[in-house]
Amino acid sequence: MNGVVLLILTVGLGIIAWASTRMHALGFRRRSGSRTSSLPHHYGWYVALWTAVPPLIFLAIWAATSPALVTDMVLQAPAAVQLPPPGFERAAILSEARALAAGQAHGAFHALSRTLAPAYDAAQTRIDWIATAIVLLLALAGGAYAYLHVRPEFSARTRIERVVLGLLLGASLIAILTTAGIVASLLYEAGRFFSVVPVTDFLFGTHWSPQSIDPRNPGASLGAVPLFWGTFFIGAVIAMAVAIPFGLMSAIYLTQYAAPRARRIMKPVLEVLAGIPTVVYGYFAALTVAPAVRQFAVAIGIEWASSESALAAGLVMGVMIIPFVSSMADDSLAAVPNSMRDGSLAMGATPSETITRVMLPAALPGVVGGVLLAVSRAIGETMIVVMAASGVATLTANPFASTTTVTRQIVDLLTGEAEFDSPKTLAAFALGLTLFLITLLLNIVALNVVKRYRETYE
Amino acid sequence: MNTPKITARNVSVSYADKQAIHDISIDVDMDHVIAFIGPSGCGKSTFLRTLNRMNDTIPSARVSGDVRLDGQDIYAPEMDVVQLRARVGMVFQKPNPFPKSIYENVAYGPRIHGLATSRSEMDAIVERSLTRAGLWNEVKDRLSESGTALSGGQQQRLCIARAIAVDPEVILMDEPCSALDPIATARIEELIHDLRGRYAIAIVTHNMQQAARVSQRTAFFHLGTLVEYGKTSDIFTNPKEERTKDYITGRYG
Repeated sequence: MNGVVLLILTVGLGIIAWASTRMHALGFRRRSGSRTSSLPHHYGWYVALWTAVPPLIFLAIWAATSPALVTDMVLQAPAAVQLPPPGFERAAILSEARALAAGQAHGAFHALSRTLAPAYDAAQTRIDWIATAIVLLLALAGGAYAYLHVRPEFSARTRIERVVLGLLLGASLIAILTTAGIVASLLYEAGRFFSVVPVTDFLFGTHWSPQSIDPRNPGASLGAVPLFWGTFFIGAVIAMAVAIPFGLMSAIYLTQYAAPRARRIMKPVLEVLAGIPTVVYGYFAALTVAPAVRQFAVAIGIEWASSESALAAGLVMGVMIIPFVSSMADDSLAAVPNSMRDGSLAMGATPSETITRVMLPAALPGVVGGVLLAVSRAIGETMIVVMAASGVATLTANPFASTTTVTRQIVDLLTGEAEFDSPKTLAAFALGLTLFLITLLLNIVALNVVKRYRETYE
Repeated sequence: MNTPKITARNVSVSYADKQAIHDISIDVDMDHVIAFIGPSGCGKSTFLRTLNRMNDTIPSARVSGDVRLDGQDIYAPEMDVVQLRARVGMVFQKPNPFPKSIYENVAYGPRIHGLATSRSEMDAIVERSLTRAGLWNEVKDRLSESGTALSGGQQQRLCIARAIAVDPEVILMDEPCSALDPIATARIEELIHDLRGRYAIAIVTHNMQQAARVSQRTAFFHLGTLVEYGKTSDIFTNPKEERTKDYITGRYG
């Protein structure tokens, strides 16, 4: 009997417990005629959980510990005295014996493993029987304990609710714990990087060329300032120069001017923009916008314009961000009470005066929050810049020149062939950590701004 | 002496398919505060909002009939709504100061209409308006604080000051005290007394005592029609219509 069979057995016992308890509860509910404190299926679940959960927990622990127990038992076998002292060979013989016993291997490299295989087989069988016995015992004990509690006045409902609460809590903890795990691994790898490269070199260095790292002084070519600048320039300057005005104006149009019919059609269309995979934006940027930008630049006399210009990536990113800005601004404009608008209109203000002087100032914190969230999304955006921005880190404020971003560089660093613990590869984690911290900070600030604003109007 | 400021004749309003008011004809003049009373949904607020075309902000609203301000048709195509609303101010049910400073709240109207050319002129307008609204002494030391930080009654007087600041001829009040406590209500009612004669005032209220206290003319609305219109004292002591009498005596509404 292996783990899967035990698992099925446990679940089966749980189902039997559920069905029989439910029958029992239906019975006393009918007999007593009075109202029971819980519905029959609550009792069913209560007993089923008591039946199945303890064995499941046991099985989880057992799966982790039983191989060691089996090995211990094998070492007690008479043949085990011939084993070499602990080390690589001993481990190899043991694992070969295990494979033979399980029928996964046919020939044996070590003669000793063949003699140990029956011992393995016996030990595994014994362990399995022990496990089966414990599972059955736990299931019966738990089930019996719970079944004895099942009386009309026993409130199984509240206990089941508590279990549901626990499940939901567990589910939400998984997301949080995963985040913590990601941060921990980032911190660990970044820590390894910073043990080789000084933090100051990385944060303040202006020369970035991971292709030609001097092993004696890796920090000299891993200065991330050009990357931070490029990220800021593309994500926070160019993209926002597109996204803020267009997003804001579309929100104003949709909330203040559009007829309900137009709003019904245009709002979903705008939201579809947010659903386009970023890789599609990426090749739109690389194949359509970038050449157009270059042609335009050449036409106005900038001969050296790059075909991987910051402008192309930034423009497309800005378009991608429009729906975010627009929908945040839309929400905050819609949250401004209508009485504000009426008050202003009743003073004889025109609709545009009302918007610029009353509605927008009132909605400003929400709009600012939305813009900050959009910035944090833009600087974390990867696909567009991988496809449309340059890989060469230059420190320039010229939108027609090529610039690179943090995310683009992370992709480049990790897709190379360098070994995993070289400064070049580890730099990706340092970049990732920096990006993570910046976006985290932006999100915290943005959410706080939005929250404070919400409090004023509720 | 007693020429009507606003004359409304056969005014009907419908929202989409539903007709809200039918054939209302009423005059508003400078010397008499006129109160519109009636049960909820009787159309009194709808009628009030036709007088400065605030119904324009509701896309489905259709207005027919004739409303004249000093003899000028306010629904005529050449009528400028901005000018109309500068002349016919409005105070709403819930105090709605803008989320700006007290000073900026009052200065809002004069600023959009370009009534002041210098800072000192604006200061004078703000002080005069707040004084007339009976709020100056309470707020003169904290004009830069937010208007939304005031108490409900003060906010409502701030809204009245805001309306007064553009020097309107008519002030429409849509249940201005319904969100206020009795003391704040009493202050607003005193204020209405003080403002009478300087402005033509129409007030919607569903508090009959308030109508009796502040108005000289009362119009009783029921189910979108004007049931009775006359001197407040007559309406409350000697109503001609049975429905008015039932409402006044509290049999329904």
